[in-house]
Amino acid sequence: MTHERITLFAGHYGSGKTNLAVNYAAALKRLHPDRRVILADLDIVNPYFRSLDSADVLGGVGVEVIASRFANSNLEAPSMPGEAITIFDDKSCLGVIDVGGDDRGAYAVGKYADYIREEDASVLLVCNKYRPLSRDPRQVLAIKNEIESAARIKFTGVVNNSNLGGQTSPEDILSSLRYISDVSELCGLPVAFTGAARGLIDDLPGIDGLFPLEIYGKKEWQIN
Amino acid sequence: MEKVLMKGNEAIAEAAIMAGCRHFFGYPITPQTEVAAYMSKRLPKIGGVYLQAESEVASINMILGAASAGVRAMTSSSSPGISLMSEGISYMAGCDLPAVIVNIQRGGPGLGGIQPSQADYWQATRSTGHGDFHIIALAPNNIQEIVDLTQRAFDLADTYRMPVMILGDGILGQMMEPVELRPNPSADLPEKTWATNGTGGKRKKNITNSLYLKPNQLEQINIERFKRYKLAEEKEQLHESYMTDDADIILVAYGASSRICKNAIAQARAIGIKAGLLRPITLWPFPSRALKHAAEHAKAFVCVEMSMGQMIDDVKLAIECKRPVAFCGRTGGMVHTPGEILAVIEAVNGGETA
Repeated sequence: MTHERITLFAGHYGSGKTNLAVNYAAALKRLHPDRRVILADLDIVNPYFRSLDSADVLGGVGVEVIASRFANSNLEAPSMPGEAITIFDDKSCLGVIDVGGDDRGAYAVGKYADYIREEDASVLLVCNKYRPLSRDPRQVLAIKNEIESAARIKFTGVVNNSNLGGQTSPEDILSSLRYISDVSELCGLPVAFTGAARGLIDDLPGIDGLFPLEIYGKKEWQIN
Repeated sequence: MEKVLMKGNEAIAEAAIMAGCRHFFGYPITPQTEVAAYMSKRLPKIGGVYLQAESEVASINMILGAASAGVRAMTSSSSPGISLMSEGISYMAGCDLPAVIVNIQRGGPGLGGIQPSQADYWQATRSTGHGDFHIIALAPNNIQEIVDLTQRAFDLADTYRMPVMILGDGILGQMMEPVELRPNPSADLPEKTWATNGTGGKRKKNITNSLYLKPNQLEQINIERFKRYKLAEEKEQLHESYMTDDADIILVAYGASSRICKNAIAQARAIGIKAGLLRPITLWPFPSRALKHAAEHAKAFVCVEMSMGQMIDDVKLAIECKRPVAFCGRTGGMVHTPGEILAVIEAVNGGETA
């Protein structure tokens, strides 16, 4: 796993950015047990399903989580956590940034655009073929342009996070490879990796750049 | 058909579009905002109208106007916003207008909170506004059912000429599941001869009105309207029975809490307690027939709600108080764990009536 000091996940609403960011931060910590790894939750759009939901898991493996002090509360104040600046101040740390969905969510990260441009940062566009408004690569290109203009930063790569939640089959992942390669060509961005639930990895031999994902945040109302 | 991964709120919006809804008027409020956000992206591209009104009071009156013109229209809100719509919904009932109203409930009363809740059951089934009227209330518990029921909601509204509410909660609105966007085609629907959509010089003008100057005339109109309600009560009751055939203890729950019940039932059965679930899908009309039938063999019922206990009276009425009905509730935006429900099942199984 090669990576930059800072990795940022942005993309269409519901494309799976938060779960990717949580997994990515945990993987970075496994790779660099002696370095400070920080996950900053900059989602100001959605008060449900936050990186903070996985704070226990991440704390257990030694990843620091920075989130709005109002996340998961009844106070719907779209505020940014001031501590997020730590990622740029402490050059020795590894930072993962979870951005809110679509251009609406990306405005917030624009606050740090200058800092991000100064760094060798990976700015990754998360794509899910099975989301109804990003099924067509041309829709992804439009989302990419909207996010870039809202956040005032350019993407450096795309991530294939095509999935149907718990019902994802190996075939669903396989049939998404053509999609992400079309997205990559249309957007002029390389494919950083393809995320797949850990349980599916063995059924996907010979695929380059697979990133195994734990599915965090299973809730009591989820059946099966 | 290829499946897509959708949030409940998005599924409501897309299903409404599939049902021919091209008019959406609303106002943002968590946890339903994605319905409006989705409509704002989609409707302008397909010749529809998305308008963010200045308030919920304005939204519902825009719906009244659109419905009066005979088009399929929908609005969406969450608990406090629905309260603001009360007057308009009553006017729509008084004008016999079909439309779909979505309530993705959050904790209350008052401004309450933004986390999921089921505390608007009374409002949806008893008193969405002033006066003698009912609305149909549908309570899906998974995203596929949202797709199917939202389309059905428009047909029911047109068939009975009354507002239909999709009653969800923050969990259903926000959760994601794979769905097939399959069409749920309309049955034979009555022609909208009453619509105020222009006479074309060929008929007398139609008027949308809920004001009657003579009380005996208003009484007669209310009596006629209740004949339609009676028909809906007879024909439209929907429920799901889950492991009820041999069940000694039957949980009654709708929406998100019925999902947690299924996990609690698995735990109960693992320790030898025969539990099952009777899930109302229509809250009005309430599936009284199914509950009455279930009371013939079940020993006790447990009503599970994310509220202080609002559906429990309907359960008692439906089974004519022939069996004890215990209650298991969380409120204020808190969600049951399966263990909490299991504890009540065990207590009831041990003979406590809770």
